[in-house]
Amino acid sequence: MPGEAVELEIPARAEFVALARLAVSAMAAADGELADERVDDLKLAVSEACTNAIEAHSAIATDKRVVIRCWVEDAGLEVRICDRGGGFDPLGLPDHPPVTDPARLKFERGLGIPLIRALVDVVEFSSSGKGTEVRLVMRHGDNNGQHPAQRG
Amino acid sequence: MDLGLDVTERDGWAVLSVTGEVDVYTAPKFRERLIELVSDGKYQIVVDLEGVDFLDSTGLGVLVGGLKRLRSHDGDLVLVCTQSRILKVFEITGLTKVFSIHDSVDSAVQA
Repeated sequence: MPGEAVELEIPARAEFVALARLAVSAMAAADGELADERVDDLKLAVSEACTNAIEAHSAIATDKRVVIRCWVEDAGLEVRICDRGGGFDPLGLPDHPPVTDPARLKFERGLGIPLIRALVDVVEFSSSGKGTEVRLVMRHGDNNGQHPAQRG
Repeated sequence: MDLGLDVTERDGWAVLSVTGEVDVYTAPKFRERLIELVSDGKYQIVVDLEGVDFLDSTGLGVLVGGLKRLRSHDGDLVLVCTQSRILKVFEITGLTKVFSIHDSVDSAVQA
């Protein structure tokens, strides 16, 4: 983690997710290398990852904090969201029924991780029984106005 | 962070205008307001998202839950949204095919 990194430690409570996304979007704006639309995409991905982190802490009733680290490299902006929840299997997520299937309406949750994957350039989940680290990277110089899912 | 939830009536529809940020913190308030409307017998609801600055998957969950609840009463929940950054969230998740999305309250209530 480079010396210019910003580290934010938040209580694992819903009201602090806004603070986390604000800090990361301010950092991205200060970096000045990402188009506004890509800063919005990153902000949304951070919000989703922090929401999952907070829910993971809530599930095991821990009062430990969630840590968000953010830094700029030549290649892009990197954010890591680390929780100390019970972990999860990112490959074991259930598939939703197709959107045209009436059963789709049974699923009010589970959209966060697909959104993260669609919004940022690099996503990695490292999870164990001791917690989860989500690594998000937005590359510089990729400001063609499309999100990764549309770039093909 | 405040979430605004104002309800008006238009041509037999309840119009719920949402302003501010919808996330894991504010979504419960949004869900409660929708449930209240349904409990009051409002089965035709327009949710106007034009004043929303931010919406994540918890907000989508509230809308999906609301639609499901209204369909069980033979009602409907339609959206007003023209902001590209909000529409994008619906597009990525495929929910543009689940919701009827309009560019104004007028067009939503006439649909």
